[in-house]
Amino acid sequence: MTAALALIALLTIGTAVAAMSRRSLLNSVLLLAGSWVGIAAFFLWAGAEFAAFAQALIYVGAISMALLFAVLLTRRSREDFAPGPAVRSRALYAMLAGAALAGVLLAAVARGSLAVAPSPVPVVTVRQLGRQLMGPHAASLLVTGVLLTVALIGAVVVAAGGGPEKPEDAP
Amino acid sequence: MSPAATTNDPLLERAPVILRDWLTAFLPEPARWLANCLIIIVAILAVFGLLFAFLTLAERKILGRVQNRPGPNRTGWCGLLQPFADGIKMLTKEDIVPRAANPVLHFIAPVVILAASILTFAVIPYGRHLLPVELDAAVLYFFAAGAATELAVFTAGWASHNKYALLAAMRALAQLISYELPLLLSVVPVVLATGTLSTSGIVAAQSGWKWGVVPHWVVFTPWGAAAFAIFMVSALAESNRSPFDLPEAESELIAGHLTEFSGFKYALFFMAEYFAMCASSGLAVTLFLGGWHAPLPALEFIPSYVWFAVKFAALLFGFILVRATMPRLRIDQLTRFAWKFLVPLALVNLGTVAFWSLTFQWAGPLQLLRWAVALGLVAGPYVLLGRGLTTGLGTRTYRFA
Repeated sequence: MTAALALIALLTIGTAVAAMSRRSLLNSVLLLAGSWVGIAAFFLWAGAEFAAFAQALIYVGAISMALLFAVLLTRRSREDFAPGPAVRSRALYAMLAGAALAGVLLAAVARGSLAVAPSPVPVVTVRQLGRQLMGPHAASLLVTGVLLTVALIGAVVVAAGGGPEKPEDAP
Repeated sequence: MSPAATTNDPLLERAPVILRDWLTAFLPEPARWLANCLIIIVAILAVFGLLFAFLTLAERKILGRVQNRPGPNRTGWCGLLQPFADGIKMLTKEDIVPRAANPVLHFIAPVVILAASILTFAVIPYGRHLLPVELDAAVLYFFAAGAATELAVFTAGWASHNKYALLAAMRALAQLISYELPLLLSVVPVVLATGTLSTSGIVAAQSGWKWGVVPHWVVFTPWGAAAFAIFMVSALAESNRSPFDLPEAESELIAGHLTEFSGFKYALFFMAEYFAMCASSGLAVTLFLGGWHAPLPALEFIPSYVWFAVKFAALLFGFILVRATMPRLRIDQLTRFAWKFLVPLALVNLGTVAFWSLTFQWAGPLQLLRWAVALGLVAGPYVLLGRGLTTGLGTRTYRFA
């Protein structure tokens, strides 16, 4: 089990580090997708099936697509690599922003209570998960659902709108 | 194959499990578990590998029959050895990698797309005792495993370092993303009505017969029929099959994102396409056609996996027949069809199934009202949206043709 965790950690962190160090944005996105697969594998390792599949479906399937389209629609040429920082102050600001985020994350990790002794693994079925979401967290679920549905219908309306269509475009 | 066979089932029903246990009986406990898993994996790969081989042959034969020609008939008896001849040809072809291509990604793309499509076979219940992996969230797993397909298509187009391949990959992505939505939305009603994400649970919910003759399959409800139709159309598009095969479009475009692939890598893409078609058909049988249940109580003596195979083969035949009869769509027609027709229809269908679930205790004449309202909720949007799809668009005039 520990060996599997080490492998998963290596995959997750290794691809993330590689993604940060690549100059080509598209390579970074593909490596980042590998890192997300690693996180999904970690959830699977920890016994959180539902979270693992949702992670794979949403991050690997959808968010990677959003990133790819964003990169492809904004770059000017194939060799449009992310340039190094032009002045030293920019690199410094970047370091500061990164350090602030790392500080927040580290503080959160340090404050959380990490059980050293192995605790009994809770068995959570999808049914229980659904009852939790539909019971105590129904309001937030509803708000999220309405937001996403509005976005979806908005996308349909945007796609359906536009000027009068030309007769050449007849289906 | 994991659920333990109960002894009161007929012998034929338990035959695969008995065979597996007999093969691994001499092994000690942990090794037996591993061997059982390996046997399941080998069985899936062997069955679907051979199915892929003969599906290509069946497709060419049926297409030939539809087009009034014999199809392949020179290799072996009636051309039965044609798939193996094709396989040898593909294996011995030169594997060309363009000089400017990214060799690593060029290699990884076909491997990832094939691996993703094979993973989806794990959660389909092929028979009463033939479910490879029993998962609580099996339906979610099915789509999560297939999520890497889009990434692989993009990688294939981008790694080729060919602007046409990249453009084609973007077009293929637009198609895959557009049809992923109605595909998922057409599965939601089944999950909503059966109250479970596990494939075995969904099959169990479709057992039994009304009045002893009409099976409790999802497809025999108004919302189920609509969801089944939306699912099959989206599955056609997701597996790049005609009439949605314009990512490849062998007669108009070169081969889309597959332009720079040759030899066995090219074959791997096709294998993945056929596997995706098989997986979608398997899921459709599981979700809508009652899985491995027999259509009539009197026919239950036939083993469950035979019923699964019969339904599965019927859907595959439908896929091939559609390819033989439908002309290819244009990209704008394709995306318009997804966003202006299938997605709204699938969204309305969610409301229909909610109504159906809320009125499950209606009886007598109210039952008729329930059917009428549900049928209206299915047919009304279909007619209205279908009209909206073509309003203002007259018949096409070919000025330069």
